[in-house]
Amino acid sequence: MFAATDTDLPDGLPDVRVAPDLAPGLLLADIAAAQDILGTQRISRLLILPGARDGLTPLPTLIPGSRIVEPQGGADVARLTDSFHLNLTAFGLLAFAVGLFIVHAAIGLAFEQRRPLFRTLRALGLPASRLTMLLAVELVAFTLVAGTLGILLGYLVAALLLPGVAATLSGLYGAGVAGQLSLSPVWWLSGFAMAGIGLAVAGGQSLWQLARLPVLAPAMPRAWARARAATLRRQAFGGAGLLGLSALLALFGTGLVVGFLCLGALLLGVALVLPPLLSLVLDFGSRAAKGAVAQWLWADARQQVPALSLALMALLLALAANIGVGTMVGSFRATFTGWLDQRLAAEVYLYASDEAQAAEMRAFLDGRVDAVLPVTLAPATLEGAPGEIFSQTDHATFRDNWPMLDAVPDAWDRLAAGKGALVNEQLARREGLWAGDTVDLSQGGTRTILGVYSDYGNPKGQAILNEDTFVEVFPEAQFLTFGLRLDPALAGPLVADLSDRFDLPPDRIEEQGAVKAAALGIFEQTFAVTAALNVLTLGVAAFALWASLTTLGTMRVPQVAPVWALGLTRARLAQADIVRALLLAAFTAILAVPTGVALAWVLLAVVNVQAFGWRLPLLPDPQSWVVLALAAMVAAGLAALLPAWRLWRMAPADLVKVFAHER
Amino acid sequence: MLLSVRAVEKSFETSEGPQPVLRGISFDLDGGRTLALTGESGSGKSTLLHLVAGLDVPDAGMIEVEGWDIAQMSDATRAALRRNAVGLIFQQFNLIPSLSVIDNLTFHARLADRDPGDVRGLADRLGLADHLHRFPEQLSGGQQQRVAIGRTLVARPRLVLADEPTGNLDEATGDAMMGLMRDMVAETGAGLLMVTHSERLAGMLDARLHLRAGQVA
Repeated sequence: MFAATDTDLPDGLPDVRVAPDLAPGLLLADIAAAQDILGTQRISRLLILPGARDGLTPLPTLIPGSRIVEPQGGADVARLTDSFHLNLTAFGLLAFAVGLFIVHAAIGLAFEQRRPLFRTLRALGLPASRLTMLLAVELVAFTLVAGTLGILLGYLVAALLLPGVAATLSGLYGAGVAGQLSLSPVWWLSGFAMAGIGLAVAGGQSLWQLARLPVLAPAMPRAWARARAATLRRQAFGGAGLLGLSALLALFGTGLVVGFLCLGALLLGVALVLPPLLSLVLDFGSRAAKGAVAQWLWADARQQVPALSLALMALLLALAANIGVGTMVGSFRATFTGWLDQRLAAEVYLYASDEAQAAEMRAFLDGRVDAVLPVTLAPATLEGAPGEIFSQTDHATFRDNWPMLDAVPDAWDRLAAGKGALVNEQLARREGLWAGDTVDLSQGGTRTILGVYSDYGNPKGQAILNEDTFVEVFPEAQFLTFGLRLDPALAGPLVADLSDRFDLPPDRIEEQGAVKAAALGIFEQTFAVTAALNVLTLGVAAFALWASLTTLGTMRVPQVAPVWALGLTRARLAQADIVRALLLAAFTAILAVPTGVALAWVLLAVVNVQAFGWRLPLLPDPQSWVVLALAAMVAAGLAALLPAWRLWRMAPADLVKVFAHER
Repeated sequence: MLLSVRAVEKSFETSEGPQPVLRGISFDLDGGRTLALTGESGSGKSTLLHLVAGLDVPDAGMIEVEGWDIAQMSDATRAALRRNAVGLIFQQFNLIPSLSVIDNLTFHARLADRDPGDVRGLADRLGLADHLHRFPEQLSGGQQQRVAIGRTLVARPRLVLADEPTGNLDEATGDAMMGLMRDMVAETGAGLLMVTHSERLAGMLDARLHLRAGQVA
């Protein structure tokens, strides 16, 4: 008998061995041992491998009462876990993109700082090709060191997050994921390949420019050259084009890959329009400013945009991802909790071991509760795919609470009269069937769809029949689960009475709160990885901003010194530095909000529908956006603190050096 | 007395110990007067100019501008002095790259809460009328130098400190700029202390102070 390392096992199991490759919560045993433990001789299902010879006796003939269910792509666990992986890959790529922006900015600034040295070396006769090669070797060396550290840190993060992810996939979809990591050569190779690609993308432009740098290149700062209107116009047009493409993909595209392309175009488009937009706003601010210092502050901030644009783009992407994913998770959480409140309306859920106990329980409950609502289900083929049919008693609990997305008039009356079925959203979206259409429920017959209900977390198609109809279709079905309606204040004592009377373990009788807590626990675990990646992305972006501001702080002394010489104190200049960083972060955060909301919309309305089969309403949470914007500004303020402090404490003699051509 | 310099000494730290740059410099400058500061490279002219401007403080001695001792001032007071009383023209122009020509011209005056006056008229006289909305990086060295001179003319300070202000200009333009500066000194009663290597320009001013190895020659 095998189980994963951290699996909670009941007492009394014989000789369980640890199998690190198993998913947590899964116990693997010989079929006879499993039947002993479960106290049954039944075999629930047989997995039939593909590739059987033709001409064999059909299984339903060999095993009377059995039914062959063909695998169906739409609800396949592999497809669901693939989409989960795709989600993680998308966020990983987003973090990679943010990193690329940062490295690009860092290499650009490093080259910019050494530009006078490069000119001197070239003037002294060092060929451009040799200089470029030397710098390329320098970059490769840095990449190797950084890549090694990155792979090791990635392994550490993966090892920390894996148990949660495996438990989530297992809990939500029943999918097994290996519970242990190994640092394989493929990891190393792919890690270094990513680092190499990153280097080529981030450093290629700088190396190319260096190779083509004329010996007597003008002393015009590159930052200024890049700020020229033509560059900004090109960025604006490129960004607008990508945003248009993103809108077209969102409106007319289908498929998960198109969903992610739409996301990519949206994020890259907004990142590209950020510098021209910022320049426009800061230019307007400079023109509108009244005082000389205010005008200089706005104009200076505008001039820093090209040098800071990549770090700001990284910050924008990180903020937008945080807002987008936060809005998605928040919308999901609000919808899910509302849905749980509706679906889990009964105060107590009771599970009988067999029909005899179920009958005893019902007799015991007679007069003690307001209603006993039996729940049962049977596996069934729905529109040719595996699914399940539920039985539902006609009761106000369902009529008042059941979360309907679409329904015909008098749906509940017609369901009670056995004149149709309800289907879940997954089945409706997959087959394009809505209220008023007919649905093929195999042995349940072809029935009119009376309503479509939301059914989050369930990968399968599902239908609901009235209890009487269900019993007609599945006469052998057993009613062993009951929802009990009673005064919530009496739920605790009733649970105690039932537990005593029937010697029930805790997992056979649950109060509503415990069921909800368990469901929410699984929910929170699902998004733990996303939250971790969000924090990581934001942290990396803040670091990029700090690195850029620190480097700029040194490069900017010649620009700041004249202002100081004309009568502004170093303290005031340092304050201006911080205000400038806050200004840029504030505008970036303002642009990140609509971007994040658009991102959330694409995730909820495009990606989620394609990946999971259900669509969620977008529920904005402006309070969290404000908190995030403030966090971005605090991060920017902190990032600007060190360079501002250096400027404040800079000795006048160092500032004077800017003007001193001789002593 | 507008400017009074007494026994000023200044040295800089080097790897070989303190390197004296100014040794006991003393001189006076009245309002409405012009003084040329000449000397070989490394004689300490620019250092003296920076000390007078309040950009740095002397190691010893006293520098008084309108009776106020720069060495006794706080950082903020020295900044206020530069803002309100001193006009600096640097050899390397040191314009503010993020501001247009017209904003550079008016910047110092606005910083000191002074009305910039007829800036366009002055720009016309400086030959900058067609460049008012350009940025410093889009101008030639000579044009930038004229903006730097114009910035001080617009601010109308009581003490003008100029470091080779016409070094990047041709002779005719340089002479025209000198004319403008002398006109301003005459109109406002300001004092002009100008570093120059040019005997011809030094000869245009009221007096001359020649430095040699950090001392008045």
